[in-house]
Amino acid sequence: MSAVEHNHEEEDHGHHKETFITKYIFSQDHKMISKQYLITGLFMGIIGIAMSLMFRLQLAWPEKSFGIFESLLGKWAPDGVMDPNVYLALVTIHGTIMVFFVLTAGLSGTFSNLLIPLQIGARDMASGLLNMISFWLFFLSSVIMIASLFVEAGPAAAGWTIYPPLSALPQAQPGSGMGMTLWLISMAIFVASSLLGSLNYIVTVINLRVKGMTMSRLPLTIWAFFVTAIIGVVSFPVLLSAALLLIMDRSFGTSFFLSDIFIQGEVLHYQGGSPVLYEHLFWFLGHPEVYIVLLPALGITSEIIATNSRKPIFGYRAMVVSIIAIAFLSTIVWGHHMFISGMNPFLGSVFTFTTLLIAIPSAVKAFNYITTLWKGNLQLNPAMLFSIGLVSTFISGGLTGIILGDSTLDINVHDTYFVVAHFHLVMGISALYGLFAGVYHWFPKMFGRMMNKNMGYVHFWVTAVCAYGVFFPMHFIGMAGLPRRYYTNTAFPYFDDIADINVVITIFALIAGAAQLVFLYNFIHSIFYGKKAEQNPWRSNTMEWTAPVEHMHGNWPGAIPEVHRWAYDYSKPGQEEDFVSQIVPLKEGEEELQH
Amino acid sequence: MTAILTLMVLVLIAISLWQVAKIFEMSQTSKNNSQVANDSDNDTQGKLMFAFLAFLYILTLYSFWAWGDVLLPAAASEHGGEYDSLMWISFALIFFVQTITQALLHYFSFKYRGEPGKRAMFYADNNRLEAYWTIIPAITLAGLILSGLYTWNDIMTVEENEEALVVELYAQQFNWKARYSGQDGVLGDANVRFLQDFDGKNVIGIDATDPNGLDDVVTQELHLPVGREVIFKMRSQDVLHSAYMPHFRAQMNCVPGMITEFAFTPITTTDDMRLDPDVVAKVKKINKIRAENSKQLVADGDEALEPYIFDYILLCNKICGTSHYNMQMKIIVETPEAYEAWMIQQQTFAQVIQ
Repeated sequence: MSAVEHNHEEEDHGHHKETFITKYIFSQDHKMISKQYLITGLFMGIIGIAMSLMFRLQLAWPEKSFGIFESLLGKWAPDGVMDPNVYLALVTIHGTIMVFFVLTAGLSGTFSNLLIPLQIGARDMASGLLNMISFWLFFLSSVIMIASLFVEAGPAAAGWTIYPPLSALPQAQPGSGMGMTLWLISMAIFVASSLLGSLNYIVTVINLRVKGMTMSRLPLTIWAFFVTAIIGVVSFPVLLSAALLLIMDRSFGTSFFLSDIFIQGEVLHYQGGSPVLYEHLFWFLGHPEVYIVLLPALGITSEIIATNSRKPIFGYRAMVVSIIAIAFLSTIVWGHHMFISGMNPFLGSVFTFTTLLIAIPSAVKAFNYITTLWKGNLQLNPAMLFSIGLVSTFISGGLTGIILGDSTLDINVHDTYFVVAHFHLVMGISALYGLFAGVYHWFPKMFGRMMNKNMGYVHFWVTAVCAYGVFFPMHFIGMAGLPRRYYTNTAFPYFDDIADINVVITIFALIAGAAQLVFLYNFIHSIFYGKKAEQNPWRSNTMEWTAPVEHMHGNWPGAIPEVHRWAYDYSKPGQEEDFVSQIVPLKEGEEELQH
Repeated sequence: MTAILTLMVLVLIAISLWQVAKIFEMSQTSKNNSQVANDSDNDTQGKLMFAFLAFLYILTLYSFWAWGDVLLPAAASEHGGEYDSLMWISFALIFFVQTITQALLHYFSFKYRGEPGKRAMFYADNNRLEAYWTIIPAITLAGLILSGLYTWNDIMTVEENEEALVVELYAQQFNWKARYSGQDGVLGDANVRFLQDFDGKNVIGIDATDPNGLDDVVTQELHLPVGREVIFKMRSQDVLHSAYMPHFRAQMNCVPGMITEFAFTPITTTDDMRLDPDVVAKVKKINKIRAENSKQLVADGDEALEPYIFDYILLCNKICGTSHYNMQMKIIVETPEAYEAWMIQQQTFAQVIQ
């Protein structure tokens, strides 16, 4: 009798019957929203990566005719030869999509949504409605960004940083017309989406932790998402204001960023504005954005490395402190993008100082990861491989940051391929690896099935080899003085001797692109035909694995289990198994060995 | 080169085909495969991790062997030496840390790969160890920051002085112009509002009412006398540009509405630089490539490429529109006599607008 009553109560708890629309489309359930983020993010990722392959073809074999250009770009590639404006549009949209749509929304949106409630023991986000609105704003901004690809004069083409006056004046380049308007609208909506999401994450982490889940017992994933959300709330509004001011300059004749301009035979009326102001506003978001992208990936990695090493993460408290230190420093280093912008050189000194400080918490993180591996019992699942790969690219890319963050050295490598190599390794590839690691690891939680591990291995190894194959040689052409965003290098015979490096890079890029198809196939196939997952396939300690495999509204049937220990009791002496879930009470006389 | 590349591609394709074949083989045989790494996976993947370390080292060595010659061209400015030594110190440091940390990371991934019956060591913390890797980077970085800032101040402090040559670099979509201050050593006022004066002959908008501007000289090439400090004043008439002179370790953005500055002293004339062994080797290499490409062009009925002669270059390094990739100016560093002789032949602003 009581069981029946219990069931009845359960149904009541579910409020209402779910229709197809409320379950799959306008869902307020964090797990569904997380899948929506992931799938939208992956779709955008396919577009972003495809674009990069197209401009890599142009860079390796400049001004050659490719059938694929003719069919994909149509009038913008007459006779299959890519137009210079299209090249610029491709790099611009590639950057925008990868940074914001894939690595911000696709990564943080997916895993913050999935893991925050599940790992802190909450039934859902603090506000399901805001969460739903956040996703749909993101979706709308994606639609607008995609739509901008189809306007008459082409999409925005001023680089993903869209510095005015190039981005402000339709006369300056074709992409600065309707394409730029749509870019700005899309990004304004994106910022709104991101703010709603972030506020929700912060409130949820602060208020909805289950009994026993103190801040010092939070898994590092949650710490990373939490701190990321805070940086997002602090810095994204500044991008919004920059975008609004730019819209004013473009459409209402104000002069925030423009002054003394003569273009297309005409003196424009703008007086007294400064593009440098825009640069400050943009990078006030733009730099923290790097960490908005990277910290969730590092959080995911921390969790996966600990679980698969069967060891506690080394130096939990230092890891938390580094996350917070990186977050704080990230908001005061933006000027290192502007050493040679014409700002006072003294400011350059200050920003060099703060920038190189970031290397300290970053080094702590890298060494702590390495030490976590030491004397472990490594379970080399695909997720683990991607996590180790992340640490590798994070180190390789991070180290060159020491050169770029030094104002003096930046003079000669600023805006060259050296920079492209640096940030692709340290944030692009690293965050992408974080995304992949997260997908492989939490796929069973998201879809109730397992991904094929062998395809995962092929995906990792081909990607890992190619990622270095693409970006390692790029340091060389950057040090040779080759500027980025050049449609072709043939205008300078001086660069003829690096043409073959570009061919190597493109070949690696094409193979890497092909490897992503393996992932895509594995992902889609496994959703429907993957092996059914056990409740806790990776024998992990965190709370999400105590919830039933079948998704249910409210996450746990009945009461939410209480938390009794931190998330990293792996291979603890005195325990039978090499893992102890956070919900298992301490044994008599057992010490909570935490810090 | 092409042969090696083709070979590499073939090997990679072969490896991936082999792997794909293996996938199908394995997914056929293992019906009770849980898709969680088992002991044999751990073993294989751990060994691959070690192989990957070898790959990283080989890639690094190969890159330096094959492309080391393109790194940092010989410096031709006074601060270039200082810049280069700071660069190489940082590089050596990075290289050292990279070699060690990648080795540890991948070696541990190999060495501690999961084995049946093994249990990991419960090792959660060690304050002393963490203090080491907080303090050591901190000290190293402090050293780098200090020497970096010292050099930075040295390079960026532009002091007006009698001896220095003042040159304006003027950027527009998609070319560069240079303006010399003439006899009086003072650049006349200028603004985009004056660009349409004198039927467009006033190409960079000099204020004709300012007497300082009348003897100014506007040129399409940048000639610099060797051994004399040059103070550049940068302007742009339309969008952001960046004046990038890699041989001189010099770069500064050109911002509409403001004048930016950069100064350096060229120390090697173009003629001398052409005799530099590295430059000779580079030119030879480039001309070999161009001759190769020309064969193809001639076969297709096009004109052959002209042989390359070394020149210093000024490039635009801030995205500025359609022809950003071709916004360049030739820089010629010459003896003071040659420079004077060239300067005399140029028309002053007064002569141009007459």
